[in-house]
Amino acid sequence: MAAQTVLFDKHIEAGAKMVDFHGWDMPINYGSQIEEHHAVRQDAGMFDVSHMTVVDIKGSQAKAFLQKLLANDVAKLTVEGKAMYGGMLNEAGGVIDDLITYYMTDDYYRLVVNSATRVKDMAWINKQSAGFDVTVTELPELAMIAVQGPNAKEKAAKVFNAEQNALLEGIKPFFAVASGDLFIATTGYTGEDGYEIIVHNDQAADLWQQLLDVDVRPCGLGARDTLRLEAGMNLYGLDMDEEVSPLAANMAWTVAWEPSERDFIGRSALVEQKASGKLHKQVGLILEAKGVLRHGQKVVFTDSEGAEQEGIITSGTFSPTLGHSVAIARVPRSIGEVAQVEMRKKFVDVKVVKPGFVRNGKKTF
Amino acid sequence: MSNIPAELKYANSHEWVRDEGNGIFTVGITEHAQGLLGDMVFVDLPDVGDTFDAGEDAAVAESVKAASDIYAPITGEVVEINEELEDSPELVNSDAFNDGWMFKIKADDASELENLLDAEGYQAVVDEE
Repeated sequence: MAAQTVLFDKHIEAGAKMVDFHGWDMPINYGSQIEEHHAVRQDAGMFDVSHMTVVDIKGSQAKAFLQKLLANDVAKLTVEGKAMYGGMLNEAGGVIDDLITYYMTDDYYRLVVNSATRVKDMAWINKQSAGFDVTVTELPELAMIAVQGPNAKEKAAKVFNAEQNALLEGIKPFFAVASGDLFIATTGYTGEDGYEIIVHNDQAADLWQQLLDVDVRPCGLGARDTLRLEAGMNLYGLDMDEEVSPLAANMAWTVAWEPSERDFIGRSALVEQKASGKLHKQVGLILEAKGVLRHGQKVVFTDSEGAEQEGIITSGTFSPTLGHSVAIARVPRSIGEVAQVEMRKKFVDVKVVKPGFVRNGKKTF
Repeated sequence: MSNIPAELKYANSHEWVRDEGNGIFTVGITEHAQGLLGDMVFVDLPDVGDTFDAGEDAAVAESVKAASDIYAPITGEVVEINEELEDSPELVNSDAFNDGWMFKIKADDASELENLLDAEGYQAVVDEE
């Protein structure tokens, strides 16, 4: 039997169609995935992301530990509440998970990791923490609601108290404030403005209801996937995993090479991968004709030296905002501006762009 | 439980068939099938004049989630297609049994209808899933 988040009853109340998502009973949609997608691009929608895992790292060596554990460098974080995205790698330079780290103090950081990878993440973090003066604490008593869209902040402000609203005044992206019962972060997975709000399980249903009352639309995992794909954001397990280098998954910007003496896990493997010259890269694909690009489809092109090259679509969908299909693909670096995708035994022409198609409601290519 | 009109015939693969008289049959996908597929984004229909054997793939319904073949439930020639679906594929979601119809086929042998399920038989298929 799948686990339920504390918001399960609210989903059923709202007419959700529930599916099993990596052992969690989650809403795939509440009627129409496309309408929910548009709500987030045009107004405000909310997602139950309570299945995600919050992990607090505390102790005198918290910073040193995370400098070893993560490919990005937590030393960049010096202001309370500042957030950072990046990968947790294995020794071979593959991605165990992608996660957000929040800086609270020099001896307290908060991680938010994926639900599908929770068990292996916790085992890995605990194993690596041996020898460091840190405590690793998972917080299953916390729920999380993401409120996203051009009107998300304005609507959420009606639900927050005066102190919370004062703290959020002028807040930059990728920051969090902890105030009252809420941990409110300007992060998200849609390419729109908004918040991810961490709240105790006991108060989550009330917060959900208050957001409903100010006309924030409940949105399921279906819309979450089309939104993140339009925004060019990776989905763990599809766009990268333990077999894939962050350097081949549009995560090179999250790998902090300096200072060179910082020996994070996977560093030496990444150096070798770079030197090999064989690393693929991540691109965006656009299909303007009929049809939908899907995960696993083959991408082919002829490089400038006339050699046939082949890559793969790691995630693809119909883009409700653009009205045609888009995809994220991992391909040899020699790719040009066009390629072909094998779809249902036919080869169709696609345009090749940087990953990312829509931001703040607007086309980006 | 899905809506399954008693006057229609059904294929195991979730197409419905309506007898329009004169050997002509309208084909679509069921309410249950559209629910499984989710929001429809393209429907790739056959051309008028195409001929199909029963069980041959005749159209493709592509939703946000997946592409799904639509099979000809009976052997015959396509005599009309639902051109509304070109611009409004969501009709398959909103009205699977009426406005969301896909194509009309003139049967070579109307007795093939007997190979299809009635509403009760199709209900059993749905219940088993």
